[in-house]
Amino acid sequence: MSDGKAVADHLIKAKRLNALLTPPKELRKSLQAQAAAARPTGVLYGMPVAVKDNICTLEFTTTCGSRILEGYRSPYEATVVAKLKAAGALIAGKTNCDEFAMGSSTEHSAYGRVFHPLDKARVPGGSSGGSAALVGAGAVPAALGSDTGGSVRQPASFCGVVGIKPTYGRVSRYGLVAFGSSLDQIGVFGRSVHDAARVLSVISGRDPRDATCEDRDSLRLPTVPESLQGFVIGLPREYFPPELDPAVRRACDRAVRLMKELGAAVREVSLPHTPYAVPAYYVIAPAEASSNLARFDGVRYGPRFDGAADLRGLYRSTRGQGFGPEVRRRILVGTYVLSSGYYDAYYRRAQQMRALIAQDFRNVFDRGVDLLFTPTTPTPAFKAGEKLADPVAMYVSDIFTVTANLAGLPAISVPIGRAKGLPIGGQLIGQAFLEDEMLEAAYAVERVVPATDEA
Amino acid sequence: MGAPPPGWETVIGLETHVQLRTLSKMFCGCSAAFGGAPNTHVCPVCLGLPGALPAPNGEAMKLAVRAALALGCSVHPKSVFARKNYFYPDLPKGYQISQHDQPLATSGSLSFLSSERGAVTATIVRLHIEEDAGKSIHDRFAKATAVDLNRSGVPLIEIVGGPDLRSPAEARAYLLTLKQLLEYIGISDCDMEKGSLRVDANVSVRREGDTVLGTRSEVKNINSFAHVEKALAVERDRQIALLESGGTVTQQTMLYDAKDNTVRSQRSKEESHDYRFFPEPDLPPLVLTPEFVAEQQSQLPELPAAKRERFVAQYALSRDHAAVLTASRVVAEYYENVVRAGAEPQAAANWVMTEGLADAKDHQDQLRVPPAGLAQLIALVKGGTLSHQAAKRVFGEIAAKGGDPRTIAEGLGLVQVADTSVVAAWVTDVLGAHAPEVGRYKNGETKLMAFFVGQVMRASKGKADPKLAQRVLEEKLTS
Repeated sequence: MSDGKAVADHLIKAKRLNALLTPPKELRKSLQAQAAAARPTGVLYGMPVAVKDNICTLEFTTTCGSRILEGYRSPYEATVVAKLKAAGALIAGKTNCDEFAMGSSTEHSAYGRVFHPLDKARVPGGSSGGSAALVGAGAVPAALGSDTGGSVRQPASFCGVVGIKPTYGRVSRYGLVAFGSSLDQIGVFGRSVHDAARVLSVISGRDPRDATCEDRDSLRLPTVPESLQGFVIGLPREYFPPELDPAVRRACDRAVRLMKELGAAVREVSLPHTPYAVPAYYVIAPAEASSNLARFDGVRYGPRFDGAADLRGLYRSTRGQGFGPEVRRRILVGTYVLSSGYYDAYYRRAQQMRALIAQDFRNVFDRGVDLLFTPTTPTPAFKAGEKLADPVAMYVSDIFTVTANLAGLPAISVPIGRAKGLPIGGQLIGQAFLEDEMLEAAYAVERVVPATDEA
Repeated sequence: MGAPPPGWETVIGLETHVQLRTLSKMFCGCSAAFGGAPNTHVCPVCLGLPGALPAPNGEAMKLAVRAALALGCSVHPKSVFARKNYFYPDLPKGYQISQHDQPLATSGSLSFLSSERGAVTATIVRLHIEEDAGKSIHDRFAKATAVDLNRSGVPLIEIVGGPDLRSPAEARAYLLTLKQLLEYIGISDCDMEKGSLRVDANVSVRREGDTVLGTRSEVKNINSFAHVEKALAVERDRQIALLESGGTVTQQTMLYDAKDNTVRSQRSKEESHDYRFFPEPDLPPLVLTPEFVAEQQSQLPELPAAKRERFVAQYALSRDHAAVLTASRVVAEYYENVVRAGAEPQAAANWVMTEGLADAKDHQDQLRVPPAGLAQLIALVKGGTLSHQAAKRVFGEIAAKGGDPRTIAEGLGLVQVADTSVVAAWVTDVLGAHAPEVGRYKNGETKLMAFFVGQVMRASKGKADPKLAQRVLEEKLTS
């Protein structure tokens, strides 16, 4: 199993996707060394796991898809990476992503866009598009991504793979280059629910280096259930608007019917503050990002775009040339909403909205609903370039995923059908730290829903 | 320095940054020790490397809470860390983790002795926890600034005092009292030269009788206790001169230059910060249980003011003496050990304040004579075995070499002779040699007694017990 060269060769075959940022030669060399050193007793022994390029590894560079970190090698590795290695997994290179995880199409990478594994004219989703595309293409069984507003679930949906965003605090963020710290969670892509869940189980659990990581044991894997008897599944009506893509609606309807056939009780519910989610998200995430990205100043690491006469000039040239347009846009928005005089109107208001959105979920769960089922995205994968000119159209593709980040809840996207060959994902949103229940239901959906059939 | 021109009142409030005495930094395990080769006490967290996260140091929280309690503050069960955002090369994350609208503690006070107004109680507006930045070094390399991040992430508390001080001298007294308190409770070494205590002052002036505060300036770069008064007097005088000539004070930051004792305005470009404070998402709110706070309260020693009052009551000392003896915890403890070893309290106070502190001053603040030794020495004087002068010599010997007071006194031949027949022989010699004075004495010039005692001491080379000598002299001169 643990043949580093074979793993590398398999990955390199997917080169056309531009999903992997690690050069083939380095990948081969590292995987051979890792395979030789891997612990045969580990639960993931020999399993290649590709890692999004905003997660620090000792093995490869960590660029976050940005020029400002071109060539940057982290002197330490993320807790999740150390846990994967301790479990015998192989770090199978670094995956391309939207710069600093800001985007929904992996077109905002300084290292070029990632191609959809089934249609090169289309995007794989984002921001963890490289990880999703590699798993979708069968190049690796699993990969890590990060999910701040849907950056694991949306590309998982587009690429026809499983994507999990754990409860906030389930997985250590130590070593994940921060975007929106109160929203970020490291998530997992897998060919199957089981592959993704196995990896999640390994990377979850307490970490004294991350004060926001809950003091809990690692997640225990549930067994595949015989039925969904006893499960109450809520369908939030705000997630099925009239303008929903008809194929997406048909796929969801089919999945719901099959869950009922497995014994689940299905109820329509309401999350009334849903319309405020995207606006609140696009205040809070940029606000945190504007602060998180302040450290990239050309003083200590990364390239220095010089020629500046003074300190301000150094900042201006390094940050002006090092960051791409989407990152600059969000830093500007974030700086604006935190400025004195605007804080109350934007940041404080957004936090109030966030609290109301979280309360919506608690209300539904308190009334006996175990899980929510929604489409992961309003449409299947869109074409490259289609939304680049209109940032708001791009932001709206996160409409069904941002709420789980705002409320800190676990969520999973599972393939539930195809529309003209393009995958469609269904999302299950669970209660905080009840990933086991969510995974049980996901196992059932995966078992009965014909994931590659036209909806 | 002097006083301000008549008719003006000065209003000062101090913001004091104090480095907490922890082994490691605020949010990582790096050493918080002063010095070290540049950039050697660093790790991904305090270097602000991508992906690193802060993990709070529990010891720093304890020390901060003790400081808040010692200042009589309300310690809040929940406080919130916040990011203070600004760009500077010695601030590796581009923000400082501090506390903003929900600080650790508020509403305390500090009482100190003003030379002008007597006992003054100044308000402590708030006390919050924050991390230090690194250090920019502008004069080491030509045309370049060097950055040392050893200090980055070192734990600090900021203590914001109210506008309750009325002169530069009061500011100094407040600061010294604060330093004494914080040293007492052991939370900081408060060394201004090492930067473990730093002070910024808000200064304004107003016409006497005005109740509205004048526009204030902030004076920074006061680097030693000696400069506090000078810097504030210079700024006060600048503001008064400005107002008297019809000008107005603008709110700005003034930098003190100790070399020529002047203040200059910091360029406004550098201070026009909008810090964009917001709650630090990497740290949960700091929640303190009543048990935790009670535990910190129980760790507080007797505070300086209480100790001073107790010394007055328990040892019948004057307030001034009590103040000297309680100035530091070490001296107070030493004094009480001397008393506990049997010395009479006032005599012990005299010895500690004079010989004890003088010797310590010359020897790195070490009180070199053990309390029991000093108590024995005091007993030897009281019992007439040693003269005061001789005892001072013995004190010096013990301080330098150690040893038992009596043995040393005997070895040096300093033990007073209390044998009447021996002293009588010295008296007979002295009276024989000074017949004219004997005559004058007998004619009523009794103040010559001191002269005779002195002569006896001289004849005995200091060994005669002076009280016994006087008694024998009186007997012989009246017989």
